[in-house]
This record gives sequence, structure tokens and C-alpha cells, in this order.
Amino acid sequence: MFGLEKKDASLLILVAVLTIFAPFILNPFPDGSALAQFNAGYPDLMQRFVIFGIFAIGFNILFGLTGYLSFGHAAFLGIGSYAAVWMFKLLSMNVIPAIILAVIMSGLFALLIGYISLRRSGIYFSILTLAFAQMMFALAYSVLTPITGGETGLQLALDDPRILSMASSTDGNIPVPSLFGMEMRDSTQLTVGAWKFTFNVGYYFCSVIMLVAFYIAIRIFRSPFGLMLRAVKSNQQRLNYTGLNPRPYTLAAFVISGMYAGLAGALMASMDPLAGAERMFWTASGEVVLMTILGGAGTLIGPVLGAGAIKYMENILSKINGDILHTWFAFLPDGLEDFIVTIIYPFIGKGWHLTLGIIFMLVVIFLPGGLVEGGQRIMQKLRGKSADTDSAKTEPAE
Amino acid sequence: MSKLNLTRRGVIQTGAVAGAGLALPTYLSAAGHEGFTNAPTGSTVTFGFNVPQTGAYADEGADELRAYELAVEHLNGGGDGGLMNTFSSKALEGTGILGKKVEYVTGDTQTKSDAARASAKSMIEKDGAVMITGGSSSGVAVAVQALCQEAGVIFMAGLTHSNDTTGKDKKANGFRHFFNSYMSGAALAPILGKNYGTDRKAYHLTADYNWGYTTEEAVRTSTEAMGWETVAAVKTPLTQTDFSSYIAPVLQSGADVLVLNHYGGNMVNSLTNAVQFGLREKQVNGKNFEIVVPLYSRLMAKGAGANVKGIFGSTNWHWSLQDEGSKQFVKSFGEKYGFPPSQAAHTCYVQAMLYADAVQRAGSFNPCAVAEALEDFEFDGMGNGKTLYRAEDHQCFKDVLVVKGKENPTSEFDLLEIVEVTPVGQVTYDASIFGGELGTCNPGA
Repeated sequence: MFGLEKKDASLLILVAVLTIFAPFILNPFPDGSALAQFNAGYPDLMQRFVIFGIFAIGFNILFGLTGYLSFGHAAFLGIGSYAAVWMFKLLSMNVIPAIILAVIMSGLFALLIGYISLRRSGIYFSILTLAFAQMMFALAYSVLTPITGGETGLQLALDDPRILSMASSTDGNIPVPSLFGMEMRDSTQLTVGAWKFTFNVGYYFCSVIMLVAFYIAIRIFRSPFGLMLRAVKSNQQRLNYTGLNPRPYTLAAFVISGMYAGLAGALMASMDPLAGAERMFWTASGEVVLMTILGGAGTLIGPVLGAGAIKYMENILSKINGDILHTWFAFLPDGLEDFIVTIIYPFIGKGWHLTLGIIFMLVVIFLPGGLVEGGQRIMQKLRGKSADTDSAKTEPAE
Repeated sequence: MSKLNLTRRGVIQTGAVAGAGLALPTYLSAAGHEGFTNAPTGSTVTFGFNVPQTGAYADEGADELRAYELAVEHLNGGGDGGLMNTFSSKALEGTGILGKKVEYVTGDTQTKSDAARASAKSMIEKDGAVMITGGSSSGVAVAVQALCQEAGVIFMAGLTHSNDTTGKDKKANGFRHFFNSYMSGAALAPILGKNYGTDRKAYHLTADYNWGYTTEEAVRTSTEAMGWETVAAVKTPLTQTDFSSYIAPVLQSGADVLVLNHYGGNMVNSLTNAVQFGLREKQVNGKNFEIVVPLYSRLMAKGAGANVKGIFGSTNWHWSLQDEGSKQFVKSFGEKYGFPPSQAAHTCYVQAMLYADAVQRAGSFNPCAVAEALEDFEFDGMGNGKTLYRAEDHQCFKDVLVVKGKENPTSEFDLLEIVEVTPVGQVTYDASIFGGELGTCNPGA
């Protein structure tokens, strides 16, 4: 189907089914129960899952295939967001022009930065991209305040021109981003017994784009172009000696992955029309590296899983506070309750970074191939077979 | 590139999948209408406390959270009732709000607009919060305020001092009790003129972000109006921790006053550097060199230690105030936590109370009804004297305190002394001078 091999097609279908039914899958606990704290099926977080999934898929095209570790990819995410918000301000609240301009702008910046940075490889390349990203962050944060809104971020205002649509909605408010009249924030709720499921327009819009992005990534992975990128990763010198110039290939990969990041940035702005400089900060660039490695670099689905895992911890673990812990362990005797809460407390709430760090260390030490490798091992255990090539899920880069 | 095989069946399959994908959102867009976002249905109502728990303003955030917990306790009838005893409006009875018990969820803004919005969104979408409050940075306040306007919930700003929050970026669903840069400038200038003379040359160091700009502008305008000259205004990065390289050129510039438009950790570091360089012992143009800090807080004074002695600044509230409201709040807070509250704690506690009172008076949680109850609401007994919530920009107007670092502190909390309580008339301005549009209130779905 769609010109894919059977196992890639089944992977694509699996991802499609997962994203379509995500509102059910992510809300396994009844509303109002103690475990409802762990439900992730609310629109904002589901949108983040797929948007950062796109970001990580794009990053993986560069890092997973060519092995070039860019430490400044968040810059493209930021550029995409700023471009999208400017389209909302100037043109209309339709998300299509915003996404198109964002992808073009981030592609142009990626071309420029890639052209310069790709003259070096290894750690020097990483440092160059990091330097560019930090320069852009600094520009966005202060010097370019008229364009970027500085620290406050770029926001919509009632007196923006919006030449293709009205500047304000009928009730005198700033209109919300929409796709030909379908507002991104619209949701409908389905109540089944004690369970409550939310279906959000913005989420499904992002999902469709994520599936397209995922499909394109599969095609790139399986194409001769993808093979050339893998050749760059495994031995660039040998490639040079065979008379091939790898730079056009790596530059193309860099621009494509920059455009993916711009697309993710535009979607972020479409879901929530604000662009802040923080999303260009180097920690944001580091986050996408973590996502890719946590999920499994060079695999197709790994980055998406990694993005989901990190965003889940950031949004769910960080909201558990001491009071909630006390209600969970209230059934224990007082002394024991306090003891257990004291042990767990550093790992939740504002301590979620600590939990993330521990999980990241465990994954890197015991599962170098990321969560995908963990999944493969479990599958093998279940099937009772030794290491085998038969894995429908992944295709390691090397 | 693998070959694209167009078969009839393939085209039909693809078309059907794409069609279903496009039709799905249309089907889903039939949103439920309950009158307004997160209308509380059960016996409880949920507030969202969105404060910085990590990052540069974590101290302020922790104090804000303490104040909110205290406010919830008082609203539900616990403790000694706090400011409900002195508040001029007697609508609240300590039985929750409109008979509903107040519950809350907390989130971490990390002092980043993105993180703050994500946290506020999850409170609105997941936890059903009907009001969001808190924050310790103007950037965050402006960002979350815009989000609340879109989502259709009320935003009660916490500590935010930039003019923009209720100026350029004001929103119909957002309200601010804290004072702003303009008021700081207007209150400080006469005191500076009286103490330092009207022929001074000022050198500004300004934190390079929104709040820094508006504060610098406010202080410049009001000091230049009385005859001061601004020699230079240098922007410093927000992440700067060592200001030595910025302090050195000050003495060569011929300036005799240094204005530090810094807040939090920035101010602690820049002031410490300036004092270490011996600026305060210097004589320039035949006058003593002076330092001014437009926005003071007790937590900052604590960080800067002995360096704050004798330095002027302004503040929203201070625990040593002797009116009934302030005494009551310090007592309630002190009994629960063992130390006096900061100005951040005070403004957040008052905001929570004002919201609860407005709901009670309006008889509804509908944001539009609440906004109407808050607009042009005049109250007293909350620690700042007579206060007005102006309808034009949703900004509170009240007396402003000009304070000075105390020469002989008696305890680790007794660091600032009140020099003057600037009457509200002197700091009132026309609502239109900062531009921006309030828009209309949005009750959401």
C-alpha cells in the first residue's frame, strides 16, 4: 500500500490506529478516580505528543541516518513558530498558509546554517549548530524584540491586520486558529460510564500531518537517498574515496529535518497562537536529542515513542504534589506513610527531571537501542526465539 | 525511489482513508455548550495555582503557593478566616464559594511562557479549573492571560510589575492587583528629588526583557520630568550573574546615581557588585554617589544582605504595615508558616479572595459575570487601604509604598523600612496611555 513494503505498511497502519484511538488509549482510568492523575488523554498533551513526534521524526532523519548530531534543532522549531504566528497576524487565522510559510522559512534557515555547519563533522558540527541556535535565541530574546516579541513572546492582538479575514471575531475577541472554519480548539466529549473521552479537532489535524510526515520519513529511509545517508554514517571517508561528494546529501538531510522542525513549530503555534523564545533555547534542542535516543535512534518509531515518554513525564509526573501522594498512601500507618512519601517526593513534582535522568541512564546502559530495543526483546521473549531479523517494528540504521 | 503503483483498488482505498480523515474533525466539531468553560457541576470548584516552582523565581513561587493554600483554607472555613475579617465586602461566609468547597491544582510555570501555558492548559482541559492565578514574571503573566482569554476562564495575575500586563497586552478576562512600573516611577521620583536633589545624572542598568524596558522608561520619564539627566541606559542579559563589567564604566560616565532595573537574583548580584566596587563611598560631581532599585521585595533584600542599607525603592506591600488588614494577614500567615509573608504572597492571597468575593456577589462562576463584579469594584481592608479595580484596564489603584533598606535590622525579616506611603492620586494615570485593547469578556464554550 502507498508504495511501501508490507512490514512498513503495517507499521504505518499501527501508528495510524494508535493515533486515531489515542483519546481512548490515553484515558484508561475513570474520571474522578485516584488514578485519573495518570490520564494523559486531554487535548493539550495529546497535541504535544504528535507535534514533538514530528519534531523527533525529523531530527532522526538527520541524526539517525547520517549520524550528524545537531544540537541546535530547536532554532528551527522557533523559526517555524514565529513564521506561523506572523501569518496569523498578517494574513488570516487559517493554519494552512501559516504552516506553508513556517516550513519554507525554517528550510531557508536550515540551508544557511547547514551550509556552514556541515563543513565540519563530529563534535565540531554539534558545537557549530549549538552556537547558531544560541545566537538565534539571543536575537529573538532581545535584539529582535520588534519581530519576536522578546521575552513576552509573539502574540496576536486585536488590531492586527489579518487582511484575508476579519481582525476580530463577532464577539469582539481575537479569532482562534482554524482550518476553513473548523476551530482547532473545538472538542467534543464522549462519556461512557465513569470514563470521559475528549476528541479535539486540533489533535486530529496534527495526527493527520504526523502520519503524512511519518510516511515521508519511511519513504526516505527506504530510498536510495536514505541508503546514501547511511553510507555517510557508516564510513564517510570510504564514500569520499569512491568519488562521491557526501555534502549535498547531508545538506539535503539537514534541510529536510529543519523543515520537519519548522512544521512542528507551526503546529505548536496553530494549537496555541504564541511563539516564545524559550522554545529555541539549547535545553529544547537537547530535549529532542533525548527523545530520539530514549526511543531508539535510527529506528522509525523510536523517536515518536521517546517524544511521548518525555512529554508524558513533563506534564503528568510534574503535576503530582505532596498532598496527592499523601492521599494515595493514606491507608498506611502514619509513620510508614510519611516515610514512603518522603522517599518518593524527590522524584515527582518539580523533581521530574530526576526521574527522567534515571530512566535515561537505565535505557542508555541496558537498552542502547532505546525503548524500541526493549520492545523487541520483550517480543522475542514472548515468541521464545533467539535474536532474529524478523521485527516488523524497526530497521536499525546500521 | 520505490515505484508508485497506481491501481484502481489502491486509489479507492487511499481516497476512502483520506476522506474519513478529513470528515472526522467535522463530525467532532459539534462541541458541547454549557454556557461557559468548566462550569462547576459537583459540590466542589477547582482553582489553578500556576506558580514558578523551579528557576530564578522559585522563592517567590513557593511563597505564593503558601498564600494560596492559606486562602483556600480560609475560604472553606478553616483557620482564623484571615482577611475575610477585615475585608470591606462581607459576601464570603467561610462556606466555600456559592456553597461549593474550594479545591485546587498546582503547576510549575518554570518562569517560561511555553511551560506556563502548557501547565495552565492542562489545568483547564484536564482538571477543569475555572480560574487560573499566580506567576512571578510579566512575560508569563501576559502569556497566560492571553491563554485564559482564549479558553474563557478568569486570570488573576500574581506578581507582575510590567506596564504591559494591564497596558498594551490587557485582556478582558485578566485582572491585576499588583502595581506597575509607571506607579513605581511616579511614587519614587518625588522622594528621590527630595533626598538627592533635582540636578542628578542617572545611569541605568536594565534587565534585557519586557519588564526591564517598561521600568526603565517609567523611572526615566518621571525623573527627567523633575530635572534629572539620563547619562546612559545599558541592557544586561537576564541570565547574567556577574555584573562587574557593567559596573566599571559607570564611574567613567560622570553619572552620580545608578538605577538598577533588575529583579530577583539579577538585582541581588548587580547590587552586590556595585557595593563591592565601592560606588557608594564615591563622590561624583561633588555629591555622594547613590543607588536606586525601582522594585524591591523582601526576598531580594534578604539575598543582598547588608548591601541594601539606605537604598530606595518601591514595593506593593510590606508586612510591617500597621493597618488592620495587614496585621491580620501577617498574623494568619505567621501562625501557619512561622514567618511573615512576602509581597508576592500578599498579592496572590488577595487575588484569590477578590475572585471568590466577586463570584459570591455575582452569584455565578461565569467569567463575564465575575468580570462585571470586579470592574470598578472598590474595597478596603486588604492591606493597601482603599483600592479600586479600574474597569478600563482591570488594574488595581491603591497607595504605593516607597521603602528604604533598613540601617539597623532587628531580625532577618525586618530589612525594609517604609519611607512614604504615596497616595493613590499621585500614581493614577489615564488608561489609554499604553495602548492595547481590552476586548470583550469570553465565557468560552
